[in-house]
Amino acid sequence: MDNTQTFQFFNRGPSPAVRLVFFAVLSLLLLFIDARYRYLESTRSALSVLVSPIQRLATMPGVLWQQAGDFFTTQRRLVEDNQSLHQQHERDAAQLLQLQALQQENRQLRTLLALPQRGELTTQSAEIVYAERDVFKRKILINKGANANVLIGQVVMDDAGIVGQITRVYPWLAEATLITEKDHAVPVQVLRNGLRTIVFGAGDTSQLSLRYMPVSSDIQNGDLLVTSGIDGIYPPGIPVAKVVKIERDAAYPFARVTCLPVAGVDRHRHLLILSGLPKLPEQPAEEPAAPQNLKAKQKK
Amino acid sequence: MPYLAPANPEIQRPVSTTLIVSSVLIALFLNGLPWEGVWLMLRPDFVAVVMLYWCTHKPLRVSIGLSWAVGILADVADASLFGQHALAYTLLAFGGVMLHHRLKMFDLRQQTTQVFGILALTYAVYALVHWQVNGYVVWPYFLGCLTSTLLWAPLSIMFQGARRMRVDRDH
Repeated sequence: MDNTQTFQFFNRGPSPAVRLVFFAVLSLLLLFIDARYRYLESTRSALSVLVSPIQRLATMPGVLWQQAGDFFTTQRRLVEDNQSLHQQHERDAAQLLQLQALQQENRQLRTLLALPQRGELTTQSAEIVYAERDVFKRKILINKGANANVLIGQVVMDDAGIVGQITRVYPWLAEATLITEKDHAVPVQVLRNGLRTIVFGAGDTSQLSLRYMPVSSDIQNGDLLVTSGIDGIYPPGIPVAKVVKIERDAAYPFARVTCLPVAGVDRHRHLLILSGLPKLPEQPAEEPAAPQNLKAKQKK
Repeated sequence: MPYLAPANPEIQRPVSTTLIVSSVLIALFLNGLPWEGVWLMLRPDFVAVVMLYWCTHKPLRVSIGLSWAVGILADVADASLFGQHALAYTLLAFGGVMLHHRLKMFDLRQQTTQVFGILALTYAVYALVHWQVNGYVVWPYFLGCLTSTLLWAPLSIMFQGARRMRVDRDH
């Protein structure tokens, strides 16, 4: 009797091994398509509508905790905060006046030199819905998506500097990859001397590193790295990181430079999304590359 | 026949679909809580443990196909590659279905060692896919495998309790 009960299992559809093979192959196929071609983004955003209520619900305990904390803030702390913000505001106001004058001057100089004007950036504020629960990744989800015209590639920053970049847009959410994500690159310049380089995320910590810096390169502890803006993604002149450690070892061709991000990459709740970057002229086609090479060869 | 005597001889009522669905939803919710830093590394994969529980206790209702579908949802929730969780959960379900007779004979402590094997395989597959695509592995990720295993016993007791409560209420 009981034996028939166990055998009933096999009467219900294909055996586990067949199902295993079927679904494993299906998964591998999806993996291949997603990793290689990224065809499945629309499916993903459709399914995200199913999952997002659970995700929003999961952020509730944190939000409630924060609201409770806000409620019980002492008056003294509020007064202190208010004072420090006032002071900050006064300091900033002076600089802002100077900035306006400088902007005006810059505009005139650029017209004088017939250089293209720097575009005005527009920002919209967004709130972090949650950070991704995956030890492999440094990504956050913010509460503005396709409904607020957020686009892939837009830059996310806080009041101090660059936080990351939008990498995926859902109907009501957008996913931003933090600059600390492994192998995430930001083209930067050393503010002190204009040295151009690229800063990479290190992945598992909140550090950044400069790769391929020659041992002899002019870089010092405490140097501020700002975006160079030559990639057409990041607007120029926004702080990214500060150099904290340089290891120059003659045995290696490159110096090991460790930096810390200026922005509170994993601290804040409110962020700014930058939009309205001026479009770069299209990259020249392959053809002009040939004469350049010839010239280089001639020089040699 | 020894395998006919379950570790818990109490007759339990059939599991309602509501219990299965709500447990999976709650597991997805728990996975989505704001875990950070060390806690994120120690976070057990609630969804994996819940799916394994149902695959070993109700293999006729929760099996490989459903685990795969839940894996796809987990992929969307975690923004991992499509099929990464799905592949891992497919193997998890297969392991669960294969071992479900054996697990019933064991007490909770013995079950835990068996479950550890299946979960370790699941975690390894997930990490392997990540390694293949991105070229590196974060080793502390495997801490989650240990905490997930430790979750097995309390979860089993909880589900047993939930199913027993239903009997009491009906009498």
